[in-house]
Amino acid sequence: MAAGVATWLPFARAAAVGWLPLAQKTMPKPPVDKKSRSDEILFVNVSGLRFQTWKNTLDRYPDTLLGSSEKEFFYNEETQEYFFDRDPEMFRHILNFFRTGKLHYPRHECIQAFEEELAFYGIIPEIIGDCCMEEYRDRKKENQERLAEDTEAENAGDAPLPPGATLRERLWRAFENPHTSTMALVFYYVTGFFIAVSVIANVVETVPCRPIKGSIKDLPCGEKFSVAFFCMDTACVLIFSFEYLMRLYAAPSRCDFARSVMSVIDVVAILPFYIGLVMPENEEVSGAFVTLRVFRVFRIFKFSRHSQGLRILGCTLQSCASELGFLLFSLTMAVIIFATVMFYAEKGTKGTNFTSIPASFWYTIVTMTTLGYGDMVPDSIAGKIFGSICSLSGVLVIALPVPVIVSNFSRIYHQNQRADKMRAQQKVRQARIRMAKKGATNAFLQHKEDGGLQDGDSGSTALCVKNRSAFEHQHHHLLHCLEKTTNHEFTDEVTYSEVCMTDSVGFRTSRSTSLSSQQGATTSCCSRRAKRRAIRLANSTVSVSRGSVQELDTLHITKTPAGTQYPQSRSSLNARTEDLKLNCDDYTAAIISIPTPPANTPDESLPNSPAIPGILRNSRSNTYNIQETVKISSL
Amino acid sequence: MTGCAKRCKQGLVKFVMSLHKLITGTLNKDKIDDDFEMSVVCHRPEGLDKLEAHSNFSKRELQVLYRGFKNECPSGVVNEDTFKQIYSQFFPHGDASTYAHYLFNAFDSTHSGSIKFEDFVMALSILLRGSVREKLQWTFNLYDINKDGYINKEEMTDIVRAIYDMMGKYTYPALKTDTPRQHVDAFFQKMDKNKDGVVTLDEFILSCQEDENIMRSLQLFQNVM
Repeated sequence: MAAGVATWLPFARAAAVGWLPLAQKTMPKPPVDKKSRSDEILFVNVSGLRFQTWKNTLDRYPDTLLGSSEKEFFYNEETQEYFFDRDPEMFRHILNFFRTGKLHYPRHECIQAFEEELAFYGIIPEIIGDCCMEEYRDRKKENQERLAEDTEAENAGDAPLPPGATLRERLWRAFENPHTSTMALVFYYVTGFFIAVSVIANVVETVPCRPIKGSIKDLPCGEKFSVAFFCMDTACVLIFSFEYLMRLYAAPSRCDFARSVMSVIDVVAILPFYIGLVMPENEEVSGAFVTLRVFRVFRIFKFSRHSQGLRILGCTLQSCASELGFLLFSLTMAVIIFATVMFYAEKGTKGTNFTSIPASFWYTIVTMTTLGYGDMVPDSIAGKIFGSICSLSGVLVIALPVPVIVSNFSRIYHQNQRADKMRAQQKVRQARIRMAKKGATNAFLQHKEDGGLQDGDSGSTALCVKNRSAFEHQHHHLLHCLEKTTNHEFTDEVTYSEVCMTDSVGFRTSRSTSLSSQQGATTSCCSRRAKRRAIRLANSTVSVSRGSVQELDTLHITKTPAGTQYPQSRSSLNARTEDLKLNCDDYTAAIISIPTPPANTPDESLPNSPAIPGILRNSRSNTYNIQETVKISSL
Repeated sequence: MTGCAKRCKQGLVKFVMSLHKLITGTLNKDKIDDDFEMSVVCHRPEGLDKLEAHSNFSKRELQVLYRGFKNECPSGVVNEDTFKQIYSQFFPHGDASTYAHYLFNAFDSTHSGSIKFEDFVMALSILLRGSVREKLQWTFNLYDINKDGYINKEEMTDIVRAIYDMMGKYTYPALKTDTPRQHVDAFFQKMDKNKDGVVTLDEFILSCQEDENIMRSLQLFQNVM
């Protein structure tokens, strides 16, 4: 129900008096209206632009931000107004909606910005008034198409293949995206060359060559050099067949591939040859066979794999199918009408060419398309009048659908251009983002190297401190806390990779020993050092590429009865805690990465991922409660 | 009827004009807004003071009422179609158009075909702030469709049927075809004192005043404003 009608509710309730004498039962009690009835003016400040409106106006739509109590969150006590840090231009439209009950879409605004504003104020875009609904829907569809193109282009297969791709997948990729590997490119160009050769051979073999000795008649080259042409044809067909079979093998869905347009064209291109091989040499059948050779010209359509322009043209024709259909239909209608008229107009003339209505079709078509060959010309006056009307109307009928087709072509062409541009832009953007990220991590590492994390050494740190903003300080502090938590440090890729190579073997043994019965500060220290060298939390990319580091979100600490298990690990854990110097005191949980709980078996060799035995530090108790075993749930 | 004939004449005139234009070939576009302007009538109510004097509302209440009214009907008048549309929105289950028609006639005291703000205010003033007698009189006026001073069974049946239409199809217990008629019979039994088949205003008021339920219910809508 439109909330604007809420103003009429009192009237409707008053009119209910009319039912009272008819009522056979008592009426229910009316609701008690607790809130104050007096209307007041509200001030709404949107980024400096002050709006004023009645409270009732906003109350009309109680399920929006402005109509509900949600706006109290934005109330500013000092200035006695509601402050929103949003676009003031857009707010005008929002407020107009409350005032008039109709939501209008401003044409000059970006549709996404508009939708975001609507979402913020809790208004669903479906209530846009009829006057603006069409424009809104068109723009929205355009926007969605554009976004869909982006994602499509991303998934188009420019992404690198997963390493475990089978031969089939690689082959398919090579066929679909020839620029990914040199072999594919070579194959691409070779097939292109052979298509061209085949088409040229088809054309040239019909050209008349000089006749062989002893004959007067001009022979088409195909018959003169029949062996040569046959060989060329065979070679081409062999290559095309091979290509088709390869594609069929590599296609992820053979059924779909077999039904696609390109595959049909391929088949039609090579079929005449095979049929010709099988066909016997008798005269009547070879007549039909000759017509089959016409289909060889379809090989030229194979070029559409190589040319984007051809594909666009095909796409255009497909999308304009309805316009073309209309053109055809209207032309047919007009042709029939005018042919009939011309026939009857010319019937009386002697020796006329207009022998029948179908014969007049040719005249009508030639006239309507303004070709005017002149092989059929009306003689009578009536014929000439109708002929002129025919040619005038022809111009109209043909000119009408053409702009639609042209505009469709232009739209699809620009879409393609845009897709390419967008892809290029995306690459640049990603590169920039990556650089920014690296810059941030480098800043932290630099900070560490400058000794900024040392406590109490204010003299040396003063210089470094000066160049950093408050934000950077806090961020670095946070990263530092994380380091202390996990007992590992950030480093860069280079260090990590070189350390990984050298220490992988030695690391494992040292770690298992640390988890076994060895205790004492030295071993734990060594192990920690080794761990620090070997296990790094470098970029997230590095850790991901290493494989299965699991991030755990929650930790459960369960109390177990004292002294039950794992005395060895107890000591090692103990030792480790003491060695930890944690600066950040008040945190209760830590995010740790661990593949298996370290306390299970002492000798368990951990999986090949660099495990980081995590320690949960309870801020409340300085002494680590031994009885607690850390059960880690991996989500 | 007059409206229909007028529209027909207008249409014919337009057709002849367009034919003329076709032959003479003028490039002027049709004046579409001519038509539109004629149907927009702007009406201003009489002053706030006068309305306050004539009705039982305070100035503030009149202001609130007028703002709501003007917002919904910027032209200042409500015609029957708009009225039906608005009223139907409160009763989405059934068909409220018949009852809205009767209501419209009751509101439109001057029978001008449209409700102005004064009519609106006067009716609301009676219904919300009027005396019991005034309310009952207004209700009688509503039931008396042909405004002859008597309510007969047919009029009452129409009204009751219109009210039941508003209920819609899905009711519990299910509506039977003779339910309105039974209702009307019960009503007449109560109201028609001299059993002459019609109910006059005095009979109506008297019977209502005797009925406890009705008296109590009349106080229901006092705090609507």
